[in-house]
Amino acid sequence: MSVAELLEDKQICICAGAGGVGKTTVAAAIAVGMAERGLKVAVLTIDPARRLANSLGLPELGNQEARVELDAPGELWAMMLDPKRTFDEIVEKHAPDAKTRDAVLSNRIYQELSTAVAGSQEYMAMEKLHELHQEGRYDLLVLDTPPTRNALDFLDAPDRLARFIDSRSLQFFLAPSRTGLKIFSRGTGLLFSVLKRLTGVDLLQDLSDFFASFGSMAEGFRERAKAVKKLLGDERTTFLLVTSPAQEAIEEAAFFRAKLDEAKMPFGAVIVNRMHTEAGEEIEPGLEELVGDELAAKVRANFEDFRALAIRDRANVAELAAGGGGRPPIAVPYLDEDVHDLDGLKLVNEHLFAA
Amino acid sequence: MSSLFDKRLVFVTGKGGVGKTTVALALGLAAARRGLRTVVCEVAHQERVSRILGREGVGYEETEIGENLSAMSLDQQHTLEEWVTYQLPSRTLASLLYKNRIFQHLTAAAPGMKELVTIGKIWELAQLHRKTADARPYDFVIVDSPATGHGLGMLRAPRTFGDIARVGPIRAQADKIHDFIVSGKTGVVGVALPEEMPVNEMLEYREALAKEMELDLDVVVANGVYPERFSQAEADALAADGEGPAVKAALTQHRRRLQHAEQLERLDGLPLATLPFLFSPEFHLDEIELLSHELEEQLP
Repeated sequence: MSVAELLEDKQICICAGAGGVGKTTVAAAIAVGMAERGLKVAVLTIDPARRLANSLGLPELGNQEARVELDAPGELWAMMLDPKRTFDEIVEKHAPDAKTRDAVLSNRIYQELSTAVAGSQEYMAMEKLHELHQEGRYDLLVLDTPPTRNALDFLDAPDRLARFIDSRSLQFFLAPSRTGLKIFSRGTGLLFSVLKRLTGVDLLQDLSDFFASFGSMAEGFRERAKAVKKLLGDERTTFLLVTSPAQEAIEEAAFFRAKLDEAKMPFGAVIVNRMHTEAGEEIEPGLEELVGDELAAKVRANFEDFRALAIRDRANVAELAAGGGGRPPIAVPYLDEDVHDLDGLKLVNEHLFAA
Repeated sequence: MSSLFDKRLVFVTGKGGVGKTTVALALGLAAARRGLRTVVCEVAHQERVSRILGREGVGYEETEIGENLSAMSLDQQHTLEEWVTYQLPSRTLASLLYKNRIFQHLTAAAPGMKELVTIGKIWELAQLHRKTADARPYDFVIVDSPATGHGLGMLRAPRTFGDIARVGPIRAQADKIHDFIVSGKTGVVGVALPEEMPVNEMLEYREALAKEMELDLDVVVANGVYPERFSQAEADALAADGEGPAVKAALTQHRRRLQHAEQLERLDGLPLATLPFLFSPEFHLDEIELLSHELEEQLP
C-alpha cells in the first residue's frame, strides 16, 4: 500500500515515533508527495533544530506557515511551531481582559510553564493543528510530532493539560487567608506548613497568583483539549508510525501501536525507515576474475556484513507485521545519500509512494 | 587538560537514537577498568541498559553489573518519594505528603520540579557523603540523559527552579546543585551520528550549553562512523568493473564512509572521539566492551 492510498480522504496525518528514526524526513517527504499530487499541504514541526527547514531548503521557519518553492500542481507550506509563542497567542486571544492577560503573561510560573514544562509543547502542537484544521485553508495537514522521551507523551498531552488546569484547586489551598483553608482537614493544614517550609512562600504565592488569573481561561482550555482529542480520533485523521528496523525501535513502535488502539486513535501504517536491503541478494559470480582475489575477499566480507544487517532488519519487520495485524509496513531503504534536501525527499517518496 | 575521568559526574547527552546508552555504558566500563567505582544512571525509565546486558530490569536500586560498575534506572515517582522522605523528619509525614492529591498537583504544576528532584538524586549519587542510608560512595557517576528535544533539559533544571523559588530550602538545594554542575567536577559528553542534521544539532547544543550554562562539551563522541574498508583506487576499480549486489554494497560502504568523514570535519576543533559502526546484528556486552576500549584510547 502506498502513502497516497492511505491518505485518501484524510485531512490530518500525524507522524509519530521514537527520536532519531527519521520522523521529520518522512513528514516532509509525505507533504512533498501529496503536494505533487495536487493537494494544498501544510507540514508542521515543533523541532527547533531546523531539520525541516533544512530539508525543504528554507533558511528559517517561523510560527507562521511559509510557502515552499516546489514545482508541483499542489502547494506546499511549512511552519515550525514555537510553543511559547503559540501559548502566548492563546492567552492573548482568550483572556477576558487586558489586566488578566498581562497578569498571566508576566507570571513566572506561566513563563516557565509555557517554555520548559514537558507536555505543554506537545499540547501546543495540537492546539495549532486544531486551529489550522478549523480554518480549513489546507487539504492536508502533516504533523511531525515533537521528539519526546516517550512517543506516548504526545497522546497524553491533552489529558495532562486538563489535569494541570484542574490543579487550579490549588489556589484555594495556596491562599490560606481566604475561606479555602478552613474547609481543609488538619492534615492538609500541616501539609501546607511543610510545603511552605520546603519551597519558600514565594513559590506558593506565584502559583496562587497564576491560578487566580489563569482560572478564568481554564474552561476554554479544557474544552479545546477535548476538541483536540476528538480531532485526533476522527476518521479524517491517521497516524503513521515511523521506526527504524533496529530491535529497540521496532519494539517501541509495536508498543505505540497497541497504545493507539487502546486510545482508539486511527492507525494508518508503520513506516520502516532505513532498511538494509541485501537480505535476498547473493554475491555475484565471477567476482574474483573481475576485481582480483584480494579486493574480492574484502568485497565479500563487506557484503556479508550488510546482508547480516538486512536479515536482522527483515526479521524485525516481519515480527512487527505479525504482531500488529492489518497492513504490512511500508519500507524505505537505507539510501546512499544522507537525506537533507528536496531531491533527497523525492528519493524517499519513490518508496513511500510506490504502488 | 584534565582527564574526563577526573570528573565526578558526567552527563551523556544527545538526540534520540544516537547511541547515548551505548556511549554511557562504554564509558562506564572504561572507568570501572581504571578502578573507579562507577554507576551508570538512566533517567528516562526505559531500562535500556538492562536490555543491552540481556538481564532483568536493574530498576531503581543500585545494582552491580560488573566489577566496580553499577547501574540504576531512575523514575520520577520513586525519586520524588525519596526526596520528600529526606526533607521531612518522619516517614509517616513524608508518605502523607506525597500521597496527597494536592501535593501531586503541586509537583505537576511547579515547573521544573520533577526535573529538579531527578537531578537532585543524581547529585546525591555523586557526593562522597551519601544521604541514602548504607549507600556507598561512587568515584564516577555517568548519566544517560533523556533525549534533549529542546534546550538543555535537566542540566538547566536547578537554575529554572531557582528562578522561581527565590528563597527557602529548595532554592538553597537548587543553587547547590547548579554550583556543582558548573564547578568543573561535572562533565558533558555529546553524542552525535556523523550525518548532516545530527551534526548541526550537536553544534547548536554546544552553543546553547555555552550561552545558558557557560559550559563546554568535554568531548563529542561521533558514534557509528563507517570504517575505511576500500581505498579510493579500489572504489574506482569497483565502480568501473562491477554492478552486482556485492560490488554495490562495497560502493555504498565507501560512499557513506566519505560522507561520514565530511561530517567529522565539521566537528573539527572540538575534542572528538569516534566510535566505529559495528556491523553486528545484535548489540550486547561484547560490542560495548569493544567500543569502551576504542573510547578510552581517545578520551581527553
